[in-house]
Formats: sequence, C-alpha cells, structure tokens
Amino acid sequence: MSDIADILSNASFWVAVLRIATPLIFGTLGVLLCERAGVLNLGIEGIMVAGAFAGWLAVYAGAPLWAGVGVAALTGAAFGLLHAFLTVGLALSQHVSGLGITLLATALSYYGYRVSFPKVNTPPTVTPFAPMEWLQLPVLAAQTPLTLLALLLVPLLAWVLYRTPAGLALRMVGENPQAAEGQGVSVAATRSGAIVAGSALMGVAGSFLTLSAFNAFFFNMVNGRGWICVALVVFASWRPGKALLGALLFAFFDALQLRLQQSGDAVLPYQLYLMLPYLLSILALVLVARKASYPQALMKPYRKGER
Amino acid sequence: MRLERRHRSSRAALLLAPVGAVAFTLLVSALLVLWAGAPVGRTYALLLQGGFGSVFAWSETLTRAVPLILTGLAATVAFKARLFNIGAEGQLYAGALAAVAVGGLHGGTGFELPTWLLFPLMMAAAALAGALLLLGPALMKSKLGVDEVVTTLLINFIVLLGVSALLDGPMKDPSAMGWPQSVSLQSELELAKLVAQTRIHTGLLWAAGLAVLVWLLFKYTVTGFDIRAVGANARAAAFAGVPVTRTVVWVALLSGALAGLAGAIEVAGRTSYVTLDMSPGYGYSGIVIAMLAGLHPLGVLAAAVFVAGVLVGADTMSRAIGVPTYIADVIVAASLIAVLVATLLTQYRVRWK
Repeated sequence: MSDIADILSNASFWVAVLRIATPLIFGTLGVLLCERAGVLNLGIEGIMVAGAFAGWLAVYAGAPLWAGVGVAALTGAAFGLLHAFLTVGLALSQHVSGLGITLLATALSYYGYRVSFPKVNTPPTVTPFAPMEWLQLPVLAAQTPLTLLALLLVPLLAWVLYRTPAGLALRMVGENPQAAEGQGVSVAATRSGAIVAGSALMGVAGSFLTLSAFNAFFFNMVNGRGWICVALVVFASWRPGKALLGALLFAFFDALQLRLQQSGDAVLPYQLYLMLPYLLSILALVLVARKASYPQALMKPYRKGER
Repeated sequence: MRLERRHRSSRAALLLAPVGAVAFTLLVSALLVLWAGAPVGRTYALLLQGGFGSVFAWSETLTRAVPLILTGLAATVAFKARLFNIGAEGQLYAGALAAVAVGGLHGGTGFELPTWLLFPLMMAAAALAGALLLLGPALMKSKLGVDEVVTTLLINFIVLLGVSALLDGPMKDPSAMGWPQSVSLQSELELAKLVAQTRIHTGLLWAAGLAVLVWLLFKYTVTGFDIRAVGANARAAAFAGVPVTRTVVWVALLSGALAGLAGAIEVAGRTSYVTLDMSPGYGYSGIVIAMLAGLHPLGVLAAAVFVAGVLVGADTMSRAIGVPTYIADVIVAASLIAVLVATLLTQYRVRWK
C-alpha cells in the first residue's frame, strides 16, 4: 500500500493524470455534443486517428502548431459532415455509419501516411507544444496549452448547452425532434451542426496525441481511446461537468496502472495492468446502466413527417 | 431533399446495389491512387490480377476468404436480430486460443486422445469460447440496456491483451526464440489441403457449409423467424409472443460461435499456432461483408471472396507498383458506406424540391 501512497504523493503522477485525461476530455465533449442532439457517433475512433494524422502532417509540412490543431478540427468536421449526411440526411443506421466512418478514416490516414512516407523505419517527428512554464500553478504548468483549452471548453460547452438558444435547440432535437420541429427548430440543421462540431472536437482530441503527448504519428496510437470516450459519456449522464470528472477519474486509474506496472515489484503480467482501462469502462457502463437517462431520441432517426 | 418510400423495390435493384456501390468506391479510390502517383488503370489491373488473375491468385484469395466468410456470417446472424456484435475480432482470437488449448502440443505431446475425439472437442471449445465472449454483452444489453457496440469493442482490446499475456506465459512456444507465439497444434488436427501446392484447405468447405446452414436456419426454422422478427421490431415481436431475450441469447451464442470457429479454422487450416497478428482485422471486415451481402448468408460467400480478393490483390499490386496496401482497407471501408447508401436508394426515392 505504501507503494500507492508514494505514487500519489508525487507531483509527476498528477501531471500524467491530466495529460492522459486531455484527449479524453476533448473526445467525450465531442461525443456528448453529438449524442445530446440524438446521434450516436461511433466514428470517433477513426476521426481521432485522422485528426492525429492530419494535424501532425500539417505541422510537419511547416504549419504552426495551432494551425495543425485547426487542420485536425477541420478534418474531424469533414468526417462529421459525412456522418451527418448519412445519419441525418439519409437516416441510415447510426451504428453502422459510425463504424464505417471509423474504418474509412483510419484506412485513409494509414494510406496517407504510407503515401507521404513510403520507406521510413523511424517515424519522422515534429516539435510539439511546450509546457506552459509561464503559468505559476503546480501540475498545470507542466501541461501544454491544449490541456488548458480542454479544461476551458468544459464550462464553455456547459454554458452553450444550458444557457443559450442554440444549446436549447440542440437538447430539444435530442429529446423530442417532433416537438422541436413544431417550435420552428430545424432538426436536420441542428443535428448536423452538432455532429460537425462534435467531430471537430474529436479531431482535436487526436491532434493532442501527435502534437502534444507525442511528437510523431504511429499506427494504432489511438488504441481504443475513442470507444472509451463513448463509454465515458454514458457514465457522465451526458453532462459536461461530469464528463470532465469521468475523464479525470479514468485517467487517474490509467496513470496508476502505468506506475504500478513500472514499479519494480510488479507481480502480474503487464498486459493485465493494460486491461484495466477497458475493464473499468465496461464496469462504468454497467454501474450507471440502471439509472442512465439517455437523450430520449438517441439513435432514433428522424424523417420529417414520418412517425 | 426529401426521401420518399418506394412501394416495392425490384429484385434487380437489390442485386445491383452492392455492385454499383463497389463501382462507385473504385471510382473515388482512383483519386487516392493518383495521389500516390501511380497510373489508375494499371494499379487496378494489377490488383484484379493479384486477387483473381491466376490459379495461384484464386487459391490465396479463397484461403483468405475462409475466416472472412465466418466473421461475415457472425455479423449477419447478429445484425439480423439488431444485436450489433462488433466483437468478432476478439471472439476469433478466443476461438483460436481455445483450439490450441485443446489441441496444442503442450509439454511436447498435448492431450493423448484419438483424433476423431480430439478434433470435435477442439472445434467445440473454439465455438464455445467465442459464444461465451458475446454472451456477456448480449445479457448486459437485454437486461441492463448497455449498448453492446461499446462493450464488444472494449472486450476486443481486453482479449488481445489476454492473448498477449498467454503467449508470453502459459501458452508460449518455448522453441519460438522469444517471439510471442503459442505452441503448435498436433499435426493430426490440421485441416487437409484442398489443392496440392497451395495453402487452400478444407476449412473452405466448413465455411461454405456453415453459410448454407445459416441460410436454412433463417429460411425454414422457427428460431430463424424469431431472429428476423426481433430484428425487425423487438416490441412487436414480444407482443406476438416471440421470446425476445431468449432469442437474443441464441443469436449471441450463434454469432460468437461462428467467429470463434473462424479462429479455430485459421489455426487448423493455415497457421497451426496463435500469434498476435493472425487476424488483420477479419472481425471488422466481417461487418463490411455482412452489409455488402445485404445480410444474406449466401451473399456472404460472394462478398467475402470479393473482400479477400481485394486484400490479396492489394498485396501483389503494392509489391509491383508501390501503392500502399492500405488502399485495400480504404476500398473495403468505403464500400461499406457506399452500399449503405445504395441499399437505401432501393427502398427510397430521392425527391429534390
């Protein structure tokens, strides 16, 4: 037990927690936006890959870091537009469309990487975001500006969702699209907008991996983080504040398993530690299952005039 | 833009939908070939040749199609009942591990049972392993309302890590020079070759036979009818007296078992041991195949051969002309999206106004 106390009293542990949480915060907020508008977006896993690749490639080609983040957001938005066309425009299965987008975005990114770098053994690197040493705060000063952005997005998104007409419209089309249409809200436009915005956040989540956490693009680098975000949103009851809490809690356990794995007296095979994040996500889903209050119209396609 | 339901969709349109979708996909993918700086015509010609252009190409394609038929069937069965089993990848590995656990050369000899007994035991263990792996998510879905897509996806990662741990530990082949690889199967348990000098094995007959069985199940049995009813409208099916939970459990067991068998047959027919890269995403490709086939068990055969041909052909093409093999994954993924749209157009008419 003293091991764990040692780990927890070390500031670098908390730095790691916040770093691991950052892409999950972007990702869960992205999923939350889509689902609050009534659309499941399983494209997240692939959109994160595409964001990670496109953002990194832009910076590698000479663009400034923030432009890279912008490119990642635009890439995410483009896939979001495709998802919106398929699930809102054509009212196709949200499950299958999302999976299709994940497969497509991943394949396109890997293809693009191989076309751009046909014969590299060591991945080319960029200079990533630097920690914000000017910030006189412990733990946060060791993070990059993207983490600060993620943390600031939480209250911003909560404010938009609960305090603005646009947020109200978004929640309405996710709960009762017929009623929203009756109030003069365009379900198609609102849902599409939410998907595009949410997917842009997913793209940014991916770019954090290549432009901040690491400095290169690797295959399999997203490694299920997207699916974990989908689970975290259920755990967070579709609320931004709880989503932040969920991401931090999850990152806490993930960082802890990494430290335990590295501590000298690890008795179990390292794979069992690595399983923990996925097991926790499933556990979280089961725990909240009974009282989960899904957006009422989630996964229900809406065709104007059809019931 | 508005969609208007067609009164009836023609049979020709239903058959043409996947063909049109694939053609559209190839057209769009041509842009990617151009990006790689390769001539489009020659690239596709090489791809076609590599997948279907010779006896050797066909043998490789059909070998690759075996696991794809089985994962395609696994997805078909599950999706018919609207149980979105995305865990075929994990179930495949679980089946492969179970097969080696029963039929492997542990301690040099393995279980000393007659082959006629050990072979069915091995297949049953693989089917059971896959089935049980999907049972959890299916129960969580029907009892707790937990979305099965997310749970099955997460379980894939858990299974792969579990396989990795076992290949480092209890199931490791001590003679494999530190490479994570399981012990081999007893050689009597390996499937016979269908054609000499090729890799094609009798697993193809197993896969095709199972496709016919699944087709018969849907067409002629009450269970098959129940599955389709649950998929069409679970609430209406419940009102009509269909045991919904029981049907979903059956579907889960069947779908998981098919994916588990995919793993066992890969081991018995091709690799003879388990490695961490024995499946380059066969579980996920199975979903594409099921959708390309319009969830028709016999259509799965054709769709699996198509996808296998693209994957095999891309390898050959890439070696010859240097376009990355990932073009195959792009084509497969884009076909999925295109076929979704094409199928919709057989049911709905687009009205522009």
